[in-house]
Amino acid sequence: MELAPLIDAAPLYASGLATTLQLLVAALAFGLALALPLGVARASSHAWWSWPVAAYTFVIRGTPMLVQLFIIYYGLAQFDAIRESVLWIGLESAWFCAVLALALNTAAYTAEIVAGAIRATPAGEIEAAYSLGMTRQQAFVRIVLPSALKRALPAYSNEVIMMLHATSLASLVTLVDLTGAARDTYSRTYLPFEAYVTAGLVYLGLTLLLVRLFRRAEARWLQHLAARPAT
Amino acid sequence: MLHGYLPSLLEGTLVTLGVGLVSLAIASGLGLIGAVAKLSRTPWVRSVADGYTTLIRGVPDLVLMLLIFFGGKWAIDKLSGALGWGPADLSPFTAGCLTLGLIFGAYLTETFRGALLAIPPGQREAGLAYGMSPIDVAWRITFPQMIRFALPGFTNNWLVLVKSTALVSVIGLTDMMHRAGSAAGSTQDPFAFYAAAGAIYLAITSVSLLGLKALERRVSIGVRRAA
Repeated sequence: MELAPLIDAAPLYASGLATTLQLLVAALAFGLALALPLGVARASSHAWWSWPVAAYTFVIRGTPMLVQLFIIYYGLAQFDAIRESVLWIGLESAWFCAVLALALNTAAYTAEIVAGAIRATPAGEIEAAYSLGMTRQQAFVRIVLPSALKRALPAYSNEVIMMLHATSLASLVTLVDLTGAARDTYSRTYLPFEAYVTAGLVYLGLTLLLVRLFRRAEARWLQHLAARPAT
Repeated sequence: MLHGYLPSLLEGTLVTLGVGLVSLAIASGLGLIGAVAKLSRTPWVRSVADGYTTLIRGVPDLVLMLLIFFGGKWAIDKLSGALGWGPADLSPFTAGCLTLGLIFGAYLTETFRGALLAIPPGQREAGLAYGMSPIDVAWRITFPQMIRFALPGFTNNWLVLVKSTALVSVIGLTDMMHRAGSAAGSTQDPFAFYAAAGAIYLAITSVSLLGLKALERRVSIGVRRAA
């Protein structure tokens, strides 16, 4: 290992890390905001609500994220109607395109997670709510949704880690995130191992950190589901 | 249709499927070894397997792909230079299959480990009590049931793997994604080509899903269901 060129590249990796984290946070925020209503609609027993969402998640989950990113970044730019519209203010920037692709992607996966958790609500919880005189809406907002979101936490933690890894695709549309920093360092120094292993270790550190954070969140909010010690 | 590039895209689809299937074979082998290692009684074997799955699952596919392609190229070059051979090369196909095999081997390790744990230990003991050798027990009792339990996870991993093959285009393999990209460049019509690529991936994943559902029914013959 040659470390001297890496020390020179440290600021590049630091700004790459910042870009990666910005992409992740922005994509998760927009993705989650979109996923909650979609997930509720997906779990609805009315076909008019659930089918459009099912079609959306089928297409997004059945195609590579790379294809989605390239359609948004390269594909939309070819239409004059879009270039002349107000949308172009955002779509002109690679950063916006990357966040849009990541958010649309995670929204589809998260919507399915939320819908699955809603469907898995124990019937007894809902019956208890009705027997206390709650209306359907009240029972949904007060009982079903909070309990479903808590139960969705373990699956969502996997999704967040998948998203962290998916942000690396942003380096393919000119952004200099962690992977982009590694690519630039490699092309400057011709040291492939040093350049990519450094990026890989930072991703690994971030992944392990996220795993720990979610473990603590689960310990806090999912305590009621933890295995009880034998009495 | 597609400015006459459809045959080229379909040719690329075969490359995509080729990379996918070769990677799946490598991944299944590594997954089996990994699962057996994770359930081993020897602590260091378990640690090696744990290290493998943690490391691979903590790093993005794209970074691993670039590391193995450029790093592997560099290492092979050094090695063949040291041995006095001519210049050697690592083809994008080989690098892509090795990387994807290595990555999905880690995911399949977890799938297979779970499936092995789902088999009641009494069955293995019963086989041994009948006088079967451990290899007979593995082949006749454990392995067929492991397939049954592993199939849902295996299906998921294959679907993710097919989509991940798109990344191999980044290191220069002329798979479907790569061809869509060059056609997009020369016709100035990227939307149509990336949409077509997306539709082909969707077709592959849908057909796989149907095929694996049928296989699931086949290996679940004899499973008792609550009425």
